[in-house]
Amino acid sequence: MDGYNFAYLDEQTKRMIRRAILKAVAIPGYQVPFASREMPLPYGWGTGGIQVTAAIIGTDDVLKVIDQGADDTTNAVSIRRFFARTTGVATTERTAEATIVQTRHRIPERALSAGQIIVFQVPIPEPLRWLEPRETETRKMHALAEYGAMHVKLYEDVARHGRIATAYDYPVMVGGRYLMRPSPIPKFDNPKLDRSPALQLFGAGREKRIYAVPPWTTVVSLDFEDHPFEVQRWESCCALCGATDSFLDEVIVDDRGGRIFVCSDSDHCGERRAAGHVGPQPDALGQPVAEEAT
Amino acid sequence: MTTLAMTGRPLLQVEGLTHRYGSRIGCRDVTFDLWPGEVLGIVGESGSGKTTLLKCLSAQMEPHAGHVVYDTREDGPQDVFALSEPRRRLLMRTDWGIVHQHPVEGLRMKVSAGANVGERLMAVGARHYGEIRGAALDWLGRVEIARDRIDDMPRTFSGGMLQRLQIARNLVSRPRLVFMDEPTGSLDVSVQARLLDLLRGLVADLGLSVIVVTHDLAVARLLAHRLMVMRAGAVVEEGLTDQVLDDPQHPYTQLLVASILHP
Repeated sequence: MDGYNFAYLDEQTKRMIRRAILKAVAIPGYQVPFASREMPLPYGWGTGGIQVTAAIIGTDDVLKVIDQGADDTTNAVSIRRFFARTTGVATTERTAEATIVQTRHRIPERALSAGQIIVFQVPIPEPLRWLEPRETETRKMHALAEYGAMHVKLYEDVARHGRIATAYDYPVMVGGRYLMRPSPIPKFDNPKLDRSPALQLFGAGREKRIYAVPPWTTVVSLDFEDHPFEVQRWESCCALCGATDSFLDEVIVDDRGGRIFVCSDSDHCGERRAAGHVGPQPDALGQPVAEEAT
Repeated sequence: MTTLAMTGRPLLQVEGLTHRYGSRIGCRDVTFDLWPGEVLGIVGESGSGKTTLLKCLSAQMEPHAGHVVYDTREDGPQDVFALSEPRRRLLMRTDWGIVHQHPVEGLRMKVSAGANVGERLMAVGARHYGEIRGAALDWLGRVEIARDRIDDMPRTFSGGMLQRLQIARNLVSRPRLVFMDEPTGSLDVSVQARLLDLLRGLVADLGLSVIVVTHDLAVARLLAHRLMVMRAGAVVEEGLTDQVLDDPQHPYTQLLVASILHP
């Protein structure tokens, strides 16, 4: 595209971001400050993730962008088109084919493999912010690994709701050292962070922080001995593909209160349907129904 | 007074402590020893350097000169300001307690009373919800807060309850030394009396050492074994509480004692 450098950002900026990424990879879970640039979309729409992706993307990469698990939502479509126009790289909706997956709110159901990179868009990187508004103090708490107060939040959950009610952006310890916010992914996805073979990069544009979880790093969700970490479960399966082990979104289908649950990961659901899996209401959303498997 | 001097060395040794605000003196050349189980009162008028001294002693501020040597559980006497920062911060939230004049400064107002009390336990590694809650219930009882208030927010508490909650939050980690800055300062008289009773009981039961700053000589007489009188940043008189209050030697102390109103 004329008038723009490859992947929109100029080369000096990309080098600056790559240096921050290298440092982040060297210190798993540590928030590295970086000189976040003004991007052609508002803060909160993924400016951090876009800058990270722009810094690492090359001509032979294949990019997948998801928002809430789906490839066809506004945010995902516009970011994917942004990179298609500014880099000309191939894009895909298939997790298995992608070399870079930029995501908001989900990790794909299909396990990522070595060599893949997943880029998270992060609104608030600091896990201690809710209890300590001073940045100088939270940095000191990280430096000294003073994380006991984080359990105060979980205590409040149990005291009020009888269980740990935090359902997304669930705090984790990375590599036994740094407390990290995994961005607003559901806690359903937390186990996928642990010892993932893929490189996981986190970019927060407004807060100007980059952090990373290198491949095979331990990621442990905080909990109490008598209230262990657990992920949410659904009573129903995906209405379209019948999956019982994926993260389900509730979808209202008519104005009489009718509702179904479907996979939030649209690629995962599509792959399953293509492989012949059929849920109880396969045509509920007007999706093509797979041929009867023989 | 029975617990005084049970071990052979002081819990806290302070020598030549000085803090300046620019060219002005905060406190000057303060030297004293605090023994295990002892309650030391620091009295004086506003601006005499009491709070500055307390903040230096409790490591909330760094003094410009002098030493504060604390008898740590593990390694014996250590200069507080020579300790590494993690050690000092750990000391401050385990072996020490700090009770602020305004409970809002010492409490987390956005989390429940139980979480306030349990925070220190979680900070040193308690990870069993049932045990943390049990300890919180126990301590609420000891400071006379009804057990069914455990899940209430501190903002629904009265001033006296907040101060008692702050005390429970500090004592849950079984500190040996507690710093109090005007603990009854913002309370009305009858609530003050109840809090003083409670404090006296806790100090005696737990064998706490306490340094309490107050401008109220009545509070000093009730709580403190020993008194230091400060004026313009310096200690002008010190001695046993009854001795200082009943037979003041320094003209300033005489003035201070004489200015108490007797209704």
